[in-house]
Amino acid sequence: MSKQLVVIGDGMVGRRFLEAVTQRDPSWEITVLCEEPRPAYDRVRLSAFFDGVSAEELSLASDLPGVDVKLGEPAVSIARTSKVVYTDSGEYPYDKLVFATGSYAFVPPMEGADLEGVFVYRTIDDLEAIKAHSEGRRHGVVIGGGLLGLEAANALTLLGLETQIVEFAPWLMARQLDEAGGGILKQHIEKLGITVDCATGGSKIEAVDGRLRMETNREGVAFDTDLIIFAAGVRPRDQLARECGIEVGERGGIITDTSCQTSDPDVYAIGEVAAMEGMCFGLVAPGYSMAEVVADRLAGGEATFPGADMSTKLKLLGVDVAQFGAFDGPLATTYLDPVNGTYAKIVLSDDATTLLGGMLVGNAEPYPLLRASVGGKVPGTLADLLGGGEVDAALPDAAQVCSCNAVTKGEIMGAIHEGCHDVGAIKACTKAGTSCGSCIPMLKQLLTEGGVEVSKAVCEHFTQSRAELFDIVKVTGITTFSELITRYGTGSGCDLCKPTAASILASLSNGHILEGEQASLQDTNDHFLANMQRNGTYSVVPRIPGGEITPDKLIVIGQVAKEFDLYTKITGGQRIDMFGARVEDLPKIWRKLVDAGFESGHAYGKALRTVKSCVGTDWCRYGVQDSVKMAIDLELRYRGLRSPHKLKSAVSGCARECAEARGKDFGIIATEQGWNLYVGGNGGFTPRHADLLLSDVDSATLVRTIDRFLMFYISTADRLQRTSKWVEALEGGIDYLREVIVDDRLGICDELDALMEKHVANYADEWKGVIDDPEKLERFVSFVNAPEAPDPKIEFETVRGQKFPAGTTARSHAAPILLGTPSRLASERN
Amino acid sequence: MQTICAFSRLIPGRGVAALLGDGTQVAVFRLADDSLYAVSNLDPFMDANVISRGLVGDRGGEPVVTSPLLKQAFSLKTGACLDDETVALEVFAVEVLDGEVRVGATSDVKASA
Repeated sequence: MSKQLVVIGDGMVGRRFLEAVTQRDPSWEITVLCEEPRPAYDRVRLSAFFDGVSAEELSLASDLPGVDVKLGEPAVSIARTSKVVYTDSGEYPYDKLVFATGSYAFVPPMEGADLEGVFVYRTIDDLEAIKAHSEGRRHGVVIGGGLLGLEAANALTLLGLETQIVEFAPWLMARQLDEAGGGILKQHIEKLGITVDCATGGSKIEAVDGRLRMETNREGVAFDTDLIIFAAGVRPRDQLARECGIEVGERGGIITDTSCQTSDPDVYAIGEVAAMEGMCFGLVAPGYSMAEVVADRLAGGEATFPGADMSTKLKLLGVDVAQFGAFDGPLATTYLDPVNGTYAKIVLSDDATTLLGGMLVGNAEPYPLLRASVGGKVPGTLADLLGGGEVDAALPDAAQVCSCNAVTKGEIMGAIHEGCHDVGAIKACTKAGTSCGSCIPMLKQLLTEGGVEVSKAVCEHFTQSRAELFDIVKVTGITTFSELITRYGTGSGCDLCKPTAASILASLSNGHILEGEQASLQDTNDHFLANMQRNGTYSVVPRIPGGEITPDKLIVIGQVAKEFDLYTKITGGQRIDMFGARVEDLPKIWRKLVDAGFESGHAYGKALRTVKSCVGTDWCRYGVQDSVKMAIDLELRYRGLRSPHKLKSAVSGCARECAEARGKDFGIIATEQGWNLYVGGNGGFTPRHADLLLSDVDSATLVRTIDRFLMFYISTADRLQRTSKWVEALEGGIDYLREVIVDDRLGICDELDALMEKHVANYADEWKGVIDDPEKLERFVSFVNAPEAPDPKIEFETVRGQKFPAGTTARSHAAPILLGTPSRLASERN
Repeated sequence: MQTICAFSRLIPGRGVAALLGDGTQVAVFRLADDSLYAVSNLDPFMDANVISRGLVGDRGGEPVVTSPLLKQAFSLKTGACLDDETVALEVFAVEVLDGEVRVGATSDVKASA
């Protein structure tokens, strides 16, 4: 019989343990008892839930061989002599048992702490309850001004509540920061409209007129509010261990030695529940180390806990806060800048030769370097490090770059030399940067240090990136490819740089895309204003803005499809594709469509495709804004806009999100007050939900912000880089994007607005431009010397009552799939 | 050799398809420097007559056309596929006579030379 391993708890550390143990010793048969109804998720990023990240996106679950996860089935008791764990519905014998039960939120004994509207901040269920309760309410109090409390306060502001922080200690984040650091942090937070009262403790909560009132230890100070969150720390979940006689610490936590073994040699404890030699750790990194130690032990190894790096770097409410190494020491030097709101403290050994630790508030840029240098020489001059100046120093190989996963610079450089040439490869190979992500800027630096040049050159003819070419064209006013390649490139171009140049020229509104030399640059699809299909025929896709269409226009599409014998299909973008058009028929087809009032749908271009919509307020009983009109307005505004890749959009009339706007490059969801704008979503290969950029804005602000978003993207993205990858690649991400296009930090918004105005003013239907121009029409022929002779190779067959390219049946039968039709099932039963 | 169209009809940097008397389809390209090339119009990877609609350019100095379907590059001089050495396009002779473009099988040209 195989060895039985039972793990109690499925959190971040438990999950890391499962990954490690299944990798090192696959012979264990593992059962995981999980109290929550969902498998492990990223609790470090919990607050992202209120930023629009879904529970699914936070999930860390993965299928691991030999692991059986019992969701919603908590362990209730343990018989250590017979070595069995009991739940309400089952019993699980074990050879080895691992506690990974984590912590619970601490609620101080206080009258009224059990009232409705009082919450803790620990699980996704807690967050969902807070979200539900906050609806239609306006004020919330967070008890606790530490890490967790600030996260909770951030959550409440994201939910649109006025937020009050109450902290018992004399300043914020008293465990990580000194008084000056806490003071600067408070200054930042108050600027966001959050009120902070330190040296204040709640003493009693009462329900008053449907709201809550919390009295405090300060005379005459009480808070009237709608919602209270306790975020005053956590306690290890050691109850179960306590009940079965395993030794626990005085202040809680299951006592372990440095191998994570408890007082019972067959029982281990890892993560926040473990009191290693009496000490509990509230961070994920030491928990991960423990997970690795136990996995090694279970595989017969002799690993011991390497010691914990308690360094932290966080962005709390938009403020960078970092603490590394020692909090204080023999020689501490500080720098306080109340104008820019930064504070830095560096702690040195008494002979000033060794860096012992420090903290940073407001600007944490030197953090990776400083943290990695703890225990070694100070990496640079103190003035630069403290004042946030440029620091140019190489790290020693032993320096830990990723503290979550204990990866040193030496290991990362090794991976780079073995062929990991981008951040993704380093992550996959070393696990560095896979948890909190704060070391990713450092990984980029190390790539450069390792001699990896991340080439963004468009192709062999241009060393410049697409963004650089865009700037060149914009600044020089060059209007032809030949001038561009003569002055800035080499050779005669190719299928990469020509369409890129064509797109840039079109984005900057340089007339019809088939005019003059531009005609020779267009990709095949753009050249014939239609998408080439596998047999050399084309699809015809007229624009149907917002998916709204009159019966008369529907009839025209039907008539055209019938006359030219085209296959028809309704697309995911709420319009109708017609397939199988011969190149020589395209102008005739489009003449009929243009006469009926249709325009090009740009299905062939790297351009705006569609703006989908739900039915909106006019028909839907749930809609809160007119999504159809907004979708039509947006589609008409951005039609024909050439971009580095295709652009898709959608508008939903309420939070039910029927238009699936968050899977789009820019998605709009109506709210009671206006519109929420999400950007950077994608379906495709790597689906990604769009990030919230703006909430509750009016229509004018919405449109102006989309204008800028699109033009900033078009100006700076790489060739074929969708907005999702572009947003991800922006240093500073969505926050930076907001600073640029909402707050105008770079002072470029006027220019972006002007570029979009130029696009809107110059838009003209491309197909109309062709059918009215005999010279352009001349190109739409099957053969230059036999314009109307059809290509005899283009053949069709009939499938499901419509025409398909010849060979379709043969292709679909290449790999037969048996479907369980009723008759077949019946025959099997007989 | 067969006359297919006026030279002025060709757009620099693009191709056209021509139908020869025996039903052969040829893709004829005029490059930016006004040089002419002719290769088979049939994309051997997808078995469709589309090569004339590909983009032209150069790869390491070699003039190429890229198939518009799956983007393989073919030398305009030799017809060889630069992405799969087992595949090549047939090359045709092409010339301009009195402003008219003429195309023919290379064997005809060799025979008359």
